[in-house]
Amino acid sequence: MRPEPFGALLYHFGTRRLSFLKNQTVLAVVRSLADHPSARAACAAAGVPDAELPAYARALAALADSKMITERTLA
Amino acid sequence: MTLTQDRASVRSPGRLADLFERGLAAPICLTWELTYACNLACVHCLSSSGRRDPRELTTAECEAVIDTLRRMQVFYVNIGGGEPTVRPDFWELVDYATAHHVGVKFSTNGVRLDAAAARRLAGSDYVDVQISLDGATPEVNDAVRGAGSYATALRAMTNLAAAGFRGFKLSVVVTRHNVSQLDAFSQIAGRFGAQLRLTRLRPSGRGADVWPELHPTAGQQRELYDWLAAHGEQVLTGDSFFHLSPYGEPLPGLNLCGAGRVVCLIDPVGDVYACPFAIHENFLAGNVRQPGGFEAVWRDAPLFARLRAPQTGGACRSCGFYDSCRGGCMAAKFFTGLPLDGPDPECVRGHGEAALAAAGLAARPHPAADHSHRPGRRAVPVTIARRPPGRSCDENPLAPPAPAEPGRP
Ligand code: SF4
Ligand code: SF4
Repeated sequence: MRPEPFGALLYHFGTRRLSFLKNQTVLAVVRSLADHPSARAACAAAGVPDAELPAYARALAALADSKMITERTLA
Repeated sequence: MTLTQDRASVRSPGRLADLFERGLAAPICLTWELTYACNLACVHCLSSSGRRDPRELTTAECEAVIDTLRRMQVFYVNIGGGEPTVRPDFWELVDYATAHHVGVKFSTNGVRLDAAAARRLAGSDYVDVQISLDGATPEVNDAVRGAGSYATALRAMTNLAAAGFRGFKLSVVVTRHNVSQLDAFSQIAGRFGAQLRLTRLRPSGRGADVWPELHPTAGQQRELYDWLAAHGEQVLTGDSFFHLSPYGEPLPGLNLCGAGRVVCLIDPVGDVYACPFAIHENFLAGNVRQPGGFEAVWRDAPLFARLRAPQTGGACRSCGFYDSCRGGCMAAKFFTGLPLDGPDPECVRGHGEAALAAAGLAARPHPAADHSHRPGRRAVPVTIARRPPGRSCDENPLAPPAPAEPGRP
């Protein structure tokens, strides 16, 4: 993950896919996913308004589809 | 590479292309030509390669560049040449890069890809390979890339497939003579478990001399667009063909000239150019040997600041297709002698042809460096012998890996 003025770029070496985080808020959400019990909690902590939750849900689903983020495995 | 935008994006403050136009903290599509030496002498070589340049970066200097790329978090670098594998330290540099988490995609004519090399490549997640082939038959390919080059490429692909390397790239520069072979290229790629990559023939390097006879005709451009529109998802283009977008729906990709914004070139002697297709002093931003190295050039070069400033659109401004076409390719305009703020020489509305006729051949600028083999002479002093590459942007300018673009909001 590489910070950029507009958000961040992500690259997955396995899938060779590049993804973009188009603003600072979604970057904050992605960064803090591991620290929250759920994606919704991470969005709330980053101050995402309820009305925008669906858009964030789609963005995170797209990241998951491209394997940029994965479900955590319980150790 | 292939950079494509994904539909999954979050609503954004602007189109991705608009964000990228202002430039990035580091390039996405960085091409690094390791040597001007090449065993071949392709007629359309974008870097006029053949003979090694005695000022070539040393191994230690190359490692210092890789250290910089790692610091800048450049995800991967597109290595080309010349034929990069003829550099004696090629594998050492690949290992150095991947050990430092800088991925490597390299373009080759296949000359050094024997079974052992293929096995070693198949073992790494951080390395990708592009085999250049410009004809689906030996006749069409060898006319451009030289006798025996078809067989060399096929042997390399056979070795990669046998080693279990899935998804390497079969890289084709689309010309007047192979545009009718697109389905055949798909079949060849399928046969080896490879992915097809099509890029545009640009009038760069030796390509300037053959472009008038080799670039697809207007009718062929249309066929090409239709073929890409039908096969877009399986084929990589490096965002090469955005100038054809006015034919219909925009093709996948960023659809902008990324020169100096997301694209750039480091040449074998360390010179940094705005784009691999723009090897000319007008697009020379600096050298990695100067204080601050590549990072300072990328960040501070006045040339790059100009390229990242809003462009006027010039004569294309009033065109209804400007949003998707953006006037096309800067390098294609420059090396055909057209104004940079006017239409592309292959403008789908035909404005390019008219402008070319008006400008005349005399207006064409010459590339900055010519390392072509000299007729009647064998290699030059320095190491290797003759050979030039042949691919074309492998490095596309914007073409990075397949895309996905989440993040919207
Ligand atoms: S190849 Fe042409 S369009 Fe692409 S970055 Fe270079 S100059 Fe721009
Ligand atoms: S006039 Fe310019 S913007 Fe319009 S199609 Fe031609 S090159 Fe593209």
